[in-house]
Amino acid sequence: MATLAPPRRSPLSQALAGARHMAEDTSTIWSWLATVDHKRIGVLYGVSAFIFFLAGGIEALLLRTQLVVPENDIIGADAFNRLFTMHGTTMVFLVVMPMSSAFFNLMVPLLIGARDVAFPRLNAFSYWTFLAGGIFLNASFFTGDLFSGELGAPDGGWFGYAPLNLPEFTPGHGMDFWALGLQMLGVASLAGGFNFIVTILNMRAPGMTLFRMPVFVWMTLVTSFLIIFAMPVISVALFELTFDRLFDANFFNPDAGGNPLLWQHMFWLFGHPEVYILILPAFGIISEIIPTFSRKPLFGYPFVVFSGIAIGFMSWGVWVHHMYTTGLGTIANSAFGVSTVLIAVPTGVKIFNWLGTLWGGSIRLRAPMMFAIGTVAMFTIGGLSGVTHSMVPSDYQQQDTYYVVAHFHYVLFGGAVFALFGGIYYWFPKFTGKLMDDMLGQIQFWLLLIGFNLTFFPMHMSGLLGMPRRIYTYDSDMGWNLWNMLSTIGAFTIAVAVLVFMVNFVISLRNGKASGKDPWDGRTLEWSIPAPVPHYNFAQIPQVRHRDDFWHQKYQEDEEGNVVPIVAGAAIAPDAPPGGHDDHDEEEHHDIHLPSPSYFPLIASLGFPLIATGLIYDYALVPVGATLVLVGLFGWAMEPATEEE
Amino acid sequence: MAAHAGTGHLETSTGLDNKKLLMWLFLGSDCLFFGSFIAAFLLYRDRSLEVCRDLLALDPTNTASCVFASDTTINVSGQTFMFEGLWDIPFTSVSAFVLLMSSVSMVLALAAIQRGNIRNMQVWLLTTALLGTLFVAGQAYEFTEFYHAGLHLDTNLTGTTFFVLTGFHGAHVTIGILILMSIFVYSLRGGIQQKHSLNIELAGLYWHFVDIVWIVIFTLIYLIQP
Repeated sequence: MATLAPPRRSPLSQALAGARHMAEDTSTIWSWLATVDHKRIGVLYGVSAFIFFLAGGIEALLLRTQLVVPENDIIGADAFNRLFTMHGTTMVFLVVMPMSSAFFNLMVPLLIGARDVAFPRLNAFSYWTFLAGGIFLNASFFTGDLFSGELGAPDGGWFGYAPLNLPEFTPGHGMDFWALGLQMLGVASLAGGFNFIVTILNMRAPGMTLFRMPVFVWMTLVTSFLIIFAMPVISVALFELTFDRLFDANFFNPDAGGNPLLWQHMFWLFGHPEVYILILPAFGIISEIIPTFSRKPLFGYPFVVFSGIAIGFMSWGVWVHHMYTTGLGTIANSAFGVSTVLIAVPTGVKIFNWLGTLWGGSIRLRAPMMFAIGTVAMFTIGGLSGVTHSMVPSDYQQQDTYYVVAHFHYVLFGGAVFALFGGIYYWFPKFTGKLMDDMLGQIQFWLLLIGFNLTFFPMHMSGLLGMPRRIYTYDSDMGWNLWNMLSTIGAFTIAVAVLVFMVNFVISLRNGKASGKDPWDGRTLEWSIPAPVPHYNFAQIPQVRHRDDFWHQKYQEDEEGNVVPIVAGAAIAPDAPPGGHDDHDEEEHHDIHLPSPSYFPLIASLGFPLIATGLIYDYALVPVGATLVLVGLFGWAMEPATEEE
Repeated sequence: MAAHAGTGHLETSTGLDNKKLLMWLFLGSDCLFFGSFIAAFLLYRDRSLEVCRDLLALDPTNTASCVFASDTTINVSGQTFMFEGLWDIPFTSVSAFVLLMSSVSMVLALAAIQRGNIRNMQVWLLTTALLGTLFVAGQAYEFTEFYHAGLHLDTNLTGTTFFVLTGFHGAHVTIGILILMSIFVYSLRGGIQQKHSLNIELAGLYWHFVDIVWIVIFTLIYLIQP
C-alpha cells in the first residue's frame, strides 16, 4: 500500500481520475462506493450491521417459534440446526463486531481531535471486505434446494466443532461458505484493527496524551490489539478446516491421527479474546454516557483504563474454561478455573467505577443513560452467572445447557447490544443535528428490558432443569414447557422493541428536534464541533489541555469547589462557541486537504468472494478473483492519496 | 509524507511514521499466524508414525500412509519395516542460504536508496527478487519431489502440516517478490527517489520477517528430527 510518486498519466488513469471526480459529488451513489470518509464508512458499517441484526433476529424468532411448545415441528430439525448456526455466527461477526466498528469509525477521530483515520482507504477496504464476507456467508442459504424447503446454510454451530465440521458429518457446501466467509470477515477486522491502533497512537491532537483520551478510545485501542492477535489464530484454524474440507487434508481427521481438540483449542484461543472484542467497545460507550448524564467525571479513570488493559491481557489465559468437559485433566481445569475467577476482578472494578460515577451525580435519565444503566445491571447478572461457570464441577453440570445460553446472552445482549443502542441514542444528534425522540426511546428501553429478561432469565431455569442447547424439540414431561413458553413470548417482545427503535430512528431522522451541537452538555471533543459534523471534522485541530477537555472549556471550579460555567450561559445555550475558537469561518477552510475518494478498496474487496466461490465450485473463478484483488491493490498503491490541486 | 497530507497533522503523536507502525503491527499479527501453523506441525510431529504403525499391525501390506521426513524403522509384531526419509537437508540448506543472502541484498538496496543511488538500489532489489525466486523455485522442486515420492496433502499428517505450513510461507515469499518487482519496475519509470526510501524500508521489513520465519521453520521441520 505504498504511495509513490505518480508516473505519466495513461488514458486509463485519466479515466479513473474522471470517475473519482464523479465520486466527489456527495449526493451520488458513486460517492458512497468510493468514500474514504470515516463518518460515511461508519454509517455504512452501522446500517449493514443493523440489517444483519434484523436477519439474525428473524432467525432467533424462528428458533423460538419452533421451541414454543414441546414436540413442535414447525421448521424441523435440519432447518433448526442451520438457523442456530447462522444466528450465532451472524450476531457475533456480522452484528456486534461491525456495530462496534461503526462506533470506532464514527467516534475515534472525533474523540482524539483528528480529521480522519490514519489510512482512510484501508478503512474503506475493511468495510467492503466485511460486507462481501457477510453477504457471502448468507448466500449459503441459497445453495440448498430451496424449492423443497431445504436451506444450504452451515449447520455445525457457530463454533463449528471438529470433526463435526468435516464433510463426512456436514455434507453440502454450508460449512465451506462458513469457513471462507469468516476468513473474509477476519481480513476485514484485521485491516480495521491495524488502522485504529495507528490512528489512536499517531493521530491524536496536540496535548491529547494517552491518559487524556476518552475511555471509549482506550477500549478501542485494547480491542484493536486483541483483534490483530486473535484473528490470525482463527484464520489458521479456518484455513486448516478449508484444506480438510476442500483438499482432503487431515488436520482434524481422527482416522489419520488428527486431533479434533486442536480445533477447539484454536477456536477458543481466538474465541475468548473475541468475547472481550465484543464487550470492551460497549464498556467504552457507557463510560462516555454515564459521566455525561451524571454530570461528573468518570470515577477512577485510571482504574477503568488499566482494568481494560488487564482484561486484554488476561483474556488470553482463560480459553480452557470453554473446554472443561473435554478431558484435559485436573491441573489444566484448575489453572484455567483460577484464571477465569481472576478475570472477573478487573471486570468488577469497572462495574464499581460506573456505580461510583453515578453516586452523588445529578443524574438525568434520558434514553442513552437508561440503556447505559441497563447495560451495567444486565452485564452484572451475566457476569455473575459467568463466575458460576468458572467453577469446574459446577460447569460440568451446566455445559451445553440453556444455562450457558442464558449467560452469554446476558453479557452479549444485555451487555453489548444495550450499550450499542445507548450509543446510537447518545451520538445520533452529532451526525444528524437532530435528537432521537426520548419518549419512544424510553418505551423501547423498557420493552427491551422486559422482553430481554423474559427471554433469557427463564433459560437459567430450563438450563438448570437439564435442557440441552441446540435441540430442536423436547418431551412435554421434562418440566421445561413453561420456561420455553416464556422465552418465546420474551423474544417477540424484543422484536417489538426493535420495531419501536426503527420507527423512532426514521421519525427522528426526518422530524427530530434540532439538537444543536452539544445537546447533552457533553465532556469530550466531539461536542465542540458543529452537528452534523462537517466533512473535515475540526476547522482547527484542537489543543487539548485536560481530560474531558470540552468540559473544562465550559466550566471551572470556584473557591468552594463548585462547578460554575466559564462563559455566562454556556450551559444553557450549548450552541455558544467554546472558549477557544469559532466555527463561523467555514469558507476559509476549503484549503483543508482531505483524502480523495477511491474505488480501488472496493475493487480489491470484490475479489475475495470470487476467489472463495471459485474454491468451492469452479477453480476458474480463482484467478479472476485474484486478479481483481491485485488490480485493486496496485491501483490503490499507485493512486495518490490526495488529488493534486 | 503523503500519509499525512490529508489529515492536517504535520507529525504523528508518537513520532513514528504511520506506515512503519502499520507494518510492525502487521508483522506482529503475522507471528501469530505462523505460530499457529507451527504449533499444529509440532503437535502432529509423531502422529504419522503412530498411525502407520497401527495400520501395519492390522495389515502389513498397508504402507500407503507410511511416508516420513527421515529414515524410519518400525517393528510390528516381529516384522521390521524400513522407510527412507524424504528430507534432503543439504538441498534445503542451500535454499535457506539463498534466502538468507537475499536479506543481505535487501539491506544493500535500502542503503543505496538512502544514499540516493537509484541505480544500485535497482541492482540490489533485482538481486533480492531473483534470490527469492530461486528459493521459491527450490520449494517448487522440493514439493514435486515429495509428491512423486508419495507424500501428498492427504497421505498423512506429515504431508498435511508440511505442505500447508511451507506453502503459506512460500506464498509470503511470492508476495514479497511481487512487492520488490513492483518497486523495481516503478523505479525504472522514474517513480522512486531518495525521499521514497521509506517504501523500500517497509518492503525490507517484510522481507526480513519472512526470512526469519524460514529460519524458524527450517530449524523445527528439517534440523530437529524426532
